[in-house]
Amino acid sequence: MTDLSLIRNFAIIAHIDHGKSTLADRIIEYCGGLQSREMTEQVLDSMDIERERGITIKAQTVRLEYKAQDGKTYLLNLIDTPGHVDFTYEVSRSLASCEGSVLVVDATQGVEAQTLANVYLALDNNHEIVTALNKIDLPSADVARVKQQIEDVIGLDTSNAVEVSGKTGAGVEDLLEAVVKYLPAPTGEENAPTKALLIDSWYDSYLGVVILVRIKDGTLRKKQNIRLMSTGLDYVIDKIGVFTPKMKDVDVLHAGEVGFITASIKSVDDCKIGDTITDNRQPCADMLAGFKPSVSVVFCSIFPVDSSQYDALRDALAKLKLNDASIEYQPENSGALGLGFRCGFLGLLHMEIIQERIGREFDLDIITTAPSVAYKLYMTNGVEMTLDNPADMPDPSTIKLIEEPMVRATIMVPDEYLGSILKLCTERRGTQEDLTYVGNRAMVVYKIPLSEIVFDFYDRLKSISSGYASFNYELIGYAPADLVKVQILINEEPVDALAFLCNRTEAEARGRQICGRLKDLIPRHLFKIPLQASIGGRIVARETISPMRKDVTAKCYGGDVTRKRKLLDNQKKGKQRMRQFGKVEVPQSAFIEALRIGDN
Amino acid sequence: MHQPQEIAIYIHWPFCKSKCPYCDFYKKIDCNINQDIIITEYIDALRRYRQILPERIVKSVFFGGGTPSLIKPNNIAIVIDEIVRLWPITENIEISLEANPNTHYQTMFQDLKNAGINRLSLGVQALNEADLHFLGRTHSLATARLCLREITSVFDNHSADLIYARPHQITADWKNELEEICTYGLKHISLYQLTIEENTVFARKGVKSLDEEAAVQMYEMTRDFLAANGYYLYEVSNFAQKGYESKHNLTYWQGGDYIGIGPSAHGRICLNGAHYATEYPFIHTQLSPQERAEELLIMGLRLTNGINKADFKKICGLDMHDFVNEQKLNFLKESGLLAETPTHLFATRSGFLLLNQLVLELCS
Repeated sequence: MTDLSLIRNFAIIAHIDHGKSTLADRIIEYCGGLQSREMTEQVLDSMDIERERGITIKAQTVRLEYKAQDGKTYLLNLIDTPGHVDFTYEVSRSLASCEGSVLVVDATQGVEAQTLANVYLALDNNHEIVTALNKIDLPSADVARVKQQIEDVIGLDTSNAVEVSGKTGAGVEDLLEAVVKYLPAPTGEENAPTKALLIDSWYDSYLGVVILVRIKDGTLRKKQNIRLMSTGLDYVIDKIGVFTPKMKDVDVLHAGEVGFITASIKSVDDCKIGDTITDNRQPCADMLAGFKPSVSVVFCSIFPVDSSQYDALRDALAKLKLNDASIEYQPENSGALGLGFRCGFLGLLHMEIIQERIGREFDLDIITTAPSVAYKLYMTNGVEMTLDNPADMPDPSTIKLIEEPMVRATIMVPDEYLGSILKLCTERRGTQEDLTYVGNRAMVVYKIPLSEIVFDFYDRLKSISSGYASFNYELIGYAPADLVKVQILINEEPVDALAFLCNRTEAEARGRQICGRLKDLIPRHLFKIPLQASIGGRIVARETISPMRKDVTAKCYGGDVTRKRKLLDNQKKGKQRMRQFGKVEVPQSAFIEALRIGDN
Repeated sequence: MHQPQEIAIYIHWPFCKSKCPYCDFYKKIDCNINQDIIITEYIDALRRYRQILPERIVKSVFFGGGTPSLIKPNNIAIVIDEIVRLWPITENIEISLEANPNTHYQTMFQDLKNAGINRLSLGVQALNEADLHFLGRTHSLATARLCLREITSVFDNHSADLIYARPHQITADWKNELEEICTYGLKHISLYQLTIEENTVFARKGVKSLDEEAAVQMYEMTRDFLAANGYYLYEVSNFAQKGYESKHNLTYWQGGDYIGIGPSAHGRICLNGAHYATEYPFIHTQLSPQERAEELLIMGLRLTNGINKADFKKICGLDMHDFVNEQKLNFLKESGLLAETPTHLFATRSGFLLLNQLVLELCS
């Protein structure tokens, strides 16, 4: 076994785009985890979508060996974490499994909103932090200013900060020295009953469920009889190993180490994230604190374009959930779109990613409805209920009070953009809680309804600040809301898939916007089609699609008929891709486009 | 005795002296072709068709293009003579040729008549100088007028084509052209609304067709104006004095058999109860009864009389009501776009300009 003092378990945390995955690549390369011919960019981002979007979605772990300047060889367990706010839950889980963090800050950008959020998460987990100032190869890097900012804004001592470049690899050795020197070794009792934290689990098509564990006390061995304490289910370990980052089998994992096990577990559902794993013959006395379960904050419905693909969609969601337990879904039946699923996500990015993966990995065409948050309804009869689907909105006269989820949003922005940011927050019904300056950057804190930020808030923020503003939020509770359900009627018939919940003050404008878009998205028919938005039967917006007047071929003789028939065939196929609402045919794309968030 | 089935023969001449900017027809711009060799190939093709279609009687021959008036009259005569040698012909056979107005009119039309042409269709396209130029026509207005007078004096049966709903055209100007075209005593007039087809010079130049509503108004005015002048609309773009509808073109619209001779020429023939689409020189593709039925709808509803339901069943073997989407048919009838009598299904006046959509609805 390795002496605990020669182990360092640490996470890499950063604001999105500050280069942590690239820096992780350099660390792996430096420690010889992979030959350079095996290196791809962002090796730890295994999903195509992660590489393409340049983001990390799933935390990844890798065990490395580092021969330090003191002559000793250390075992490093590095965990790369997601930077985006939607995946804060994933980050906090990773942090709980290690003792220290490397905080990566882009030396050309400085402290951003998620730098702060992630540092606070690390401090909540009693982490020691080593700061790495990244991208020092760029001429615009300003190490002194960014150090000062870190001290002023976060209050971290930067005297031990390391300057690195994930691009060139400069400073990687200094960083590893700092990790060894300043981050604490794990503690744990090798001879105590086995106690291990279930950090994550996912489904591997060859191995079945793979569990990522951190051994707190005792050991885990091949063929050991284990128990997952929250469910009480017992298993036998088949395979045990570490990620180098390739999977490498070992015989035993000791206290303080991070690794994986497989144990013929059929379902990821049985592996509760944060659960405690122990030996079923000699169980430990008490469970680890575990994690708060993840909470879905954004909901939408997903329907297959081709209704015969409902089963395929169900399978796709089930498979995605195998690797991402934070997805919630349940069957839903829409009058307009048929059978589908109501789904809950950690945030808008999470939602987009899942939608994209359904299309990409399962080759399914889907329609998604407008995203919604979960409202609390207090009924006049004393009952309390949660509402996240416009279809479930009860008769307003039976509702005593509606509350909506609120967030505290922290935004950091260069002061020349402050005015427009404050305006945006006010438009989004935000109330200011704090406004401070760090050099020429302002940090504003607003209390804003979650429903206002799940839409296009982040995009707007980025566009009005030329990309400079950064943003993070946390849920802080509920506040009363004046919520209405807006129905969209096509040819006088309400289309449930287009209905949405929103604040009364915005209902008209959004109703008008959707009707206006539909007018351009629905092709003209042989008859006039009214498009209306209504709140409780009152029409608040109206557009009309005028009937088609002329569609006839001027010349059609003997040589044209084959071409005309083939054209007809294509048109018939096009028609099959339409959704029928009464007599009106609506292209699939109209749903996606009509509900698209943001300005025209 | 068993009555032989009628057949129409289309002779395609895909050559022009210049390319018109609105045209997407298959054609070659070439004056140095060896006409005699091509005519020999055409004759060979006719003979081959004679072998598979011996029991037919020819009711019409149509020389189209391209510019078939570029074929030398003696070659026209060779083709017509060969057809007459290969098959029996109907008593009132219609032998048409499309010609462009040109300066050889004094001898040309008489020569064509001597070669066997008995119906001449003149591609006038516009009756004002500026629009002739815009449409890329090489003839002058004066020549067009002289040719119109000439064909009506040389032939007993004649037609002229005009293109309208030109960009920026106003109804009053168009009405002047209509007034003039009605003065020549033509038996038949084809009036096509300009559409900008892909792969045309107009499309590349970004020429936009007339605003839809204006085009509709112009169409309705045209229909009324021609009716008042003795020409009734019998097909979307074709007007005739009673009894002078184009026999050849009616074959297409009514689902009759025809063969096509010449590059890219298509045909439709029924052999032993099976339907074939033919493509020159000798490609035959079998059509299912459903495909044939779709074609009958596409073509038949173009006629103001519409589709004869008994003929529909006789040709494709399917009952029209079984084939079409009955629910859609009823909706289109209720909407006043289609109408039905015990014998016929036809588009109403308001449905006529929406034929593509009506057929799509009926077939889906």
